[in-house]
Parts: sequence; structure tokens; C-alpha cells
Amino acid sequence: MYQITCPHCGPRAQTEFTYERTTDSVVDPAGDAQTAMQALYTRANPMGLDDEIWRHTYGCRAWMVLTRHRVTHEITAVKAIGPEALP
Amino acid sequence: MSGPNRPATGAETIAFTFDGTTYHARPGDTLAAALLANGVGLVARSFKYHRPRGIMTAGIEEPNALVTIGTGGRAEPNTRATDVFVYPGMVANSQNRWPSLAFDVASIFGLAAPALGAGFYYKTFFGPAKHWMLYEGFIRRAAGLGNAPTEADPDNFSQKAGFCDVLVVGSGPAGLKAALDAAEAGSRVMLVEQDAVLGGSLLRDPDPSIDVAAMVERIRALGGEVLLRTTASGYWDHNFLTLTQRLAEPGAVPEHGFAQRLWHVRAGRVILATGLIERPVPFANNDHPGVMLSQAVRSYVRRWGVLPGKRVVIATNNDDAYLTAEALVDAGAEVVALLDARASGPAAPAGVTVYHDARPSSVTGRKHALRKVTAVICGSEQSFDADLIAVSGGFVPVSHLHMQAGGKLTWNEEAQAFIPGETPQACETVGAALNPLPAPAIAPVGKAKKSFVDFQNDVSLADIDLAWQEGYRSVEHLKRYTTLGMATDQGKTSNMVALSRLAERQGVTVPEAGLTTFRPPYTPVTMGLLAGAGARNAGAHVRRIPLHALHAAHDPIWQPLGYWFRPRAYPVNGESLAEASLREARTVRTLAGLSDVSTLGKFEVSGPDAAALLELVCATTVGKLAVGRGRYTFMCREDGFVNDDGTVWRLAENRYLLTSSTGGADRMAHHISYVRNSLRLDLKCSVVNVQEHYAGIALAGPKARAILASLIGAEPPRHMGYAPGVLAGVPVHVLAASYSGERAFEIHVEATHAAVVWHAIEAATRVEGGAPYGLEAMELLRIEKGHVVVGGEVDGRSTPHDLGLGGMLNKAGGFIGAAGLTRPALSAPNRNNLVGLVSLDGPIPEGGMLIQRAGQSPQGHVTAAARRILEGGAIALALLQGGHKRHGEEMIVTSPTRGEKARVRVTSPHFYDPAGERYRD
Repeated sequence: MYQITCPHCGPRAQTEFTYERTTDSVVDPAGDAQTAMQALYTRANPMGLDDEIWRHTYGCRAWMVLTRHRVTHEITAVKAIGPEALP
Repeated sequence: MSGPNRPATGAETIAFTFDGTTYHARPGDTLAAALLANGVGLVARSFKYHRPRGIMTAGIEEPNALVTIGTGGRAEPNTRATDVFVYPGMVANSQNRWPSLAFDVASIFGLAAPALGAGFYYKTFFGPAKHWMLYEGFIRRAAGLGNAPTEADPDNFSQKAGFCDVLVVGSGPAGLKAALDAAEAGSRVMLVEQDAVLGGSLLRDPDPSIDVAAMVERIRALGGEVLLRTTASGYWDHNFLTLTQRLAEPGAVPEHGFAQRLWHVRAGRVILATGLIERPVPFANNDHPGVMLSQAVRSYVRRWGVLPGKRVVIATNNDDAYLTAEALVDAGAEVVALLDARASGPAAPAGVTVYHDARPSSVTGRKHALRKVTAVICGSEQSFDADLIAVSGGFVPVSHLHMQAGGKLTWNEEAQAFIPGETPQACETVGAALNPLPAPAIAPVGKAKKSFVDFQNDVSLADIDLAWQEGYRSVEHLKRYTTLGMATDQGKTSNMVALSRLAERQGVTVPEAGLTTFRPPYTPVTMGLLAGAGARNAGAHVRRIPLHALHAAHDPIWQPLGYWFRPRAYPVNGESLAEASLREARTVRTLAGLSDVSTLGKFEVSGPDAAALLELVCATTVGKLAVGRGRYTFMCREDGFVNDDGTVWRLAENRYLLTSSTGGADRMAHHISYVRNSLRLDLKCSVVNVQEHYAGIALAGPKARAILASLIGAEPPRHMGYAPGVLAGVPVHVLAASYSGERAFEIHVEATHAAVVWHAIEAATRVEGGAPYGLEAMELLRIEKGHVVVGGEVDGRSTPHDLGLGGMLNKAGGFIGAAGLTRPALSAPNRNNLVGLVSLDGPIPEGGMLIQRAGQSPQGHVTAAARRILEGGAIALALLQGGHKRHGEEMIVTSPTRGEKARVRVTSPHFYDPAGERYRD
């Protein structure tokens, strides 16, 4: 189980969080079907670091981007997103 | 009393039974030690061939001596006799034998061994199906371990979170030192030991220079936590480990409430001082009682004062077994021969004859011990009278946790062992696991067929050879074909022996042959421990709807829905569920009924961009709604499939209320938050989840309008209208929406004031002859009306078009799912479409398959079956291939599992008032 450092709450267990998707699989609702389906289904999955959107659902409910290693699961960075990211 | 293998000292104070016979143990005895002390060598029958088995080890790696401890719901099957400490009154029983351990009928399977060899299961699968039917019952009866208890486990299991800077696994010399060093350096330390006593290998090989008690006292004084009977069973990501702690021995009544505790520990650093497991030696009948690992023999002699044999042969390929010879001689046993497979070795104790280039080839036995050991010495056979053989084939570093942590192994050719190397986590291995003694590879000389490798799954060298002959080259394939390493011991004593054989057959080195994956748990874990308090039906928190107590006064039939319980029906005068729900539904159709709909998902969206957000989330138009109006809507996933449905209302210029299904509310809350807070940060709006802020009451029926008008003192809004109001002095939102097909209203009120409002509506409804109705009546009403339900017709595979909702889609697009919906397959003509079914004979089986004639593949399935409310006659909703164009067709609904069938006609799903004249103005 990962330990994720929430930008607002500090280190917390993975069970408090929800995985949403990788940043490269965000679908633009106004985009075309081919781009959308590519983002959803035919993503690359290379070894190495990966940017993922997570939410501290059972904590502060804020959204964040984790940079996570696909093999070792090491989390190298966590960035807040949304209005919460404002100073 | 004492047994023949340990002189009585008066310390034998603990009475226990094994297979009904009472024996006596000393405090600190494992069951294995106590049985051996009492001269009991035969303790089990093997899994497949029912061969007699004894005690082979002195630790958790024991493959043979599996027993059932305790009785009734506390019985724990498949417990290693070496891993349970005897307590007064303990009841232990052997397993997998009939009628008795000593005389077991099924042991004739041993004679049939050639037919039951590796791959037997696979081969039966490939034969004609009827053969498998024949074998199945036979295999199920004969094979197996202990029986799971049929009664509920009366014990409670605890779960606890732990945090530390340094977690040390293993309390041998290396673990103790690591824990003490860390504690002295100011770290918060946890030291865990699976044994009941600290010391690890020191219990077998005492070292006067190490004062275990003083070290532990110091660790504790520095704030360290020391946990005994605690196994680190799983090593997960980010230095998260699960520990299983026994607070009571198996089968015993726990003194302090809990039988076991599951620890969830996040450790800064992990130090693995897990030591070594000795490797057995393959030779014919090496599974017989009286064949024991050399270090285990030494443990029984030194730790427990038990002599497992009086005339002992030792067989080894390393120096460690010489220490066993010494221990045996010191304890007064006769070491008949020390067979060293190597050309030379260290000095043996006086009086012990050492044979070099000597390997055991077979043993013969009596019931509880051996009779004779035969060896090949310098190429010629020689036999020894002996009741015990202590074997050592080298040592295997315990690298399970290291590997679970994602670690690498390096091959040590001298020791024929994999040594823990690096891990990607903050984890290191220390101690003996890094330095196994040199132990050269030795080719076995016994008959392969009876030379066992995996004792628990009855896999012999011959089985490995057979798998290889049949083309299984990968170690992963070998494992699956032979079931090697797949028993409850996970191959702790067998994997390396098997791997060596495979490598030898392939003509490659052991590391080239590869390794199988190490998976948690390290030792078997009781299911109740993982469930914890969840085993008592508290897996999810039960939430109460605001009016729970009020409904309870009616003593309804309850139904779990989402996190809540809602009344399913309110029976009166001893009505059945079917009778009550039909009466309630008829009341709604003819007069009026009221129902609690508080659990609906509810989201208040406000701000200048509220409509823009809703037009992203909803697949229908929203922005065109006038203030005070609402509409039915549904939401899609990005792939175009329907996700949820509900209604959306414009409460004020920039303020909307969106409802969703009860079960989908959490999913929608997350989805809407994603859209608002991650996808479209530019939108100026806020979303508040008001699901439990408001209680909801539905009032439906021909008289609903008049009832509500009298209650709010005003004309209620017309269909799909919204109006604020005051009811019984409480401010309410009135939404004119109909799920039932009648004129209907949803009255939403702040949860704390809901009871007053319910009472007022109920009183007024009863005056008009109406009554409360539950979920079952609601289901009858909505099925007849042809309304879909999330989780029923909306099953994650249905598109708006499939459900007949295609016409409502926002033509302008731009909503989530719009792009996905343009894929051709989502509008293919043979998709499953929503249809109605009218029975031409009896009731339509729920969940039944739709076919045209017997033997055909299903063309669809029934999603909800019911009956007409006023007229009678069975109806159902179904998803049917190309269903939109098949109205009028006759089909058969069949449910082989229920053994029910009905002839039906496919119709429109709208059985009742398709034009909506009953609620439109």
C-alpha cells in the first residue's frame, strides 16, 4: 500500500485516496472520437515515471498529480491541482 | 508421565490429547516436541497418496505434520505441529485419514502412484468429460487436508496500525543486534519474532557471549516494541508490512478477547534477519516418520530436551550437521554413521564414524520411526540399523519478504543458494541469510519415484522428470504442472531441491533455470483475521436515513440500498411481501401513496457557469431550462455508455439541483468533482453534495395534487415544475416528477425537520385512503411504466439508444460521452435494446434468458420481472438483441437455474399510460 503525501494533509495511506487516471488519458469533452478513444484505450505504458491524477477522497477531497514510477512504485512528486493549488 | 524419548523430570504438567489419547507436555513445548517426547512419530497422512508422515522440521517450514487444533468453531485445520505451543486441555487431531491414522484405507493410492503422477489433473481435463465426472468425486474425497469447521468462529480478531522508524524481522543474533543498535541510535523500533521465545538460532545453538534477556530489556527500555508469536507475512509497497500476531494459541479460548491481531505497519526502514531454512535430501522414502532435518534434530535435543531417535544416521553435504552429531552424542544418543557426501569434512565427535563420498539412497521404516538406512558409500551400498536420519542438503536464505519488497537475488555457487541482494525499498537483509555455509550440489542416488521433493503436495523427483520429459521447461510451468510449491507451505523446503533437479535435467545452472514468484502471505493466515471486525457483518458502515425510526415504528420489511436500509414494504394484517407491495402499488395507482426517497443522490450546483458544468455532466440539454422547471436527464461515461440517471432542476437563475440514483451517488460525486476540480478549473461554479442534507418524500397518485395543495396552501407546480413551499411550517422544495407513472411530487426537506413533514403528508394521505409504499411497490410501478433503473437496465453496457433515450441526447454534443457515442459499434443494429415482455402463460422468471427455440444461444435477458398492477398478467423489462425492431415477436424466457420457463410477446417497455396523460397538464 502506497504512502502518498497529500499537498494539504501530509503523508497518508493509499486507502484514503482514489486513483483517477494518468494525465495523458484526460479526454477533452469537445474533442473528436478518435483522440478520445486513443486517450482511453491505446495509451503507452512504458517503464519509468508516470503522471497520474489522484484524489484524497477520504481526506480533504482535493485533487493532485502524482509522479509515480511504474515499476518500483516510487512517488517522486505530488502537485496540487485546482483552486487549492493557489497560494 | 513421560514418553520414551525424554526422561520425566516432573515438569510434564500440561495434559493434551492427540487423536483422543492423552499425553503430557512441558511448558514451552510445541506440539511437535511434545509428540516426539511421547514417542509419537506418525502424525499425518500425505495429501495425495496418504503416505505416513512424521515431523520433519522444528519450525514454520514444516510440510508434513499438519494437524487440526481445537474443536467446534475454534478448530484450526492444517496447523503445523511445529508452530503451535501446547496448552492445558489442547485437542489435536490428525487429518486426511480414514478410519485411523495408523490404518488408512486410502493409502493404497500409494500403490496407484504411477497413475496419479504429475499432471494427473490436467490429463483428466483433456480426456472425455465423462471421465472427469468419474474422477472428480473420487479425487475430492481422497485428496485434501483438514476440514474447515462448519460452525462460526466464536473468536474476535483485532486489527491495528503500527508505525516505526525501524522494523526488525527475526530475533536471532543478527536481528537482536540490529534492533538494539537502532534503538540506541534513537529510532522507534519494532522487533517481531514468530516464535514464542526470542533468540532464533540461539535456541538451538546457544552462545554464552549473547545475553538475549539483557538485550531485549534494553530495547524495551529505549521504547522499542517487541512482539512475540508475530509473523511478518506480507511486504507491500512503500515499506508497508502486514504482521499476524497470535494472541492465543490455535483452538484456545483467548484470555484478552482477541485470538489474533493483524498489524498494518508503515516502517521507515526494514531489517530482515530471517535466517535460513535447511534443505532436505531426496532419497527413497525420505518422507517417512524418522526422517528429519539436521538442525531440527538439534533443536529438539537442545531446546526441548527431546531425543527424536536413539540410533541416528546423519547425512550431510556441509559442516553444520557435525554440530548435530555433537548434540546427539552429548545427549546420549548413538550416532551410527555420519554420511558426508563430500570428500572431506571437519573433525567429528569422538565415537562417530564418518563416511565420505556417502549418500543415503533409501530408508525403510516402522510405524513411528525408521528401521534401516541404506547408503551408497564410495559407490557401494551399505545399510545401518537406525530409527532416525538427520539430513542436511544445505541452506536456503529466507528471502520471501525481501522478494515481496521487489528485491533481487544473487547466486552463491558454493552454498548453492540465492542470497538477498538489493531492493528498491528501504530494506536490508542481515545475518545468516547472507552467509549460508558452503554446501555443494549433490546428485541424489535413490529411486526417483519415492524420493519426495514437495512433501505436502506429494511431488517426487520422478514427477519433476516427467514434467520435463513432457516438455515443461519453464519453472513456472513446472510448478503448475506438478503443483510443486503450491501447498500451504509454499515450497519452503522444496523449491530449491526441485529447481536443482530441473537445472540438472536442462543442463543449465540453477539461476538460469529461474525462480518462481514469492507472494504473501509468508505463512498461512486465518481468513477471520483479514476480515477483522468485518466478520461480524460490519464490513461497511450502515447509515440511517433521517426517518429510519419513524419507519421502524411501522415494522416494515427492510431492504439494504446503498449504505442505507429502506422500507421494502409495510405489511398489515399479516400480509406477505407480494401481497403488501401489490396493495401499496394499487393504492398509488388509484388513490395516493407516500414513500421515503431520501437516499437519492443530490447535488446543488450554483454559479454563473453552473449550466455549463451540468451540460458537461448530463447528456441532455440543461441550459434551456426556465427557472422553476426541471427535466429527466442521464449521464454518460466518456466511452458513451450510460452511467446514471436522475432529474435536473433550475431552482434560481444560477442555481440547479441534480439528482442521481442512490447506488450511483458516490460515483457521481467523484465524477462531478473530477469534472469541476480537475478537468474544467475555469468554470465559475460550486458543487455541493446535499444527498444527506435533504430528506426526500415522494407523494404519488391521482389524489397527490389535491393532498399537496391542501398541505402547502397553494397550487403545486405542474409536471416537471419546481416550487419552494412551506409544509407544516417547514420550508420545502417541491419537485413535480413522476417515477411511478402517476401524478407525483418529490418533497425535499432539511433532514432534521423531515419527521414533521412526513407526519403531515401521511395523515393527509391516509384521510384520502392512501398509505405509505415501499421499494417493492415502487419497483412494480416503475416496471409497468417502463422506467429504467441504474444497476438493472442501466448495466454499464447500455447506451442511451439501447434504452430508448437517444432522442433526448443534446444535439449540440460537447457533453461527456459525446465523442464515445459516435463510434459505429455503439449504434449497431444488433445491440441489446430495452423491450417489454408480456407473458402468454405464467410468471416470467427474473434473470431468465430470451430465446426463440430450445437449444439456441440467448439473445437477451430479463432485467426486471413483475405483474400488471391493476389488471394482472406477467410483464417484464428485458434487454434483447435488436429489440427496438422486434416488437410483436413471440419468444421464450428460460431460466435453467430456476427450472422455469415462459412464452412471451416482445412489446414496447411502456405498459402503462405511454403518452403520460396521467400526470401531464
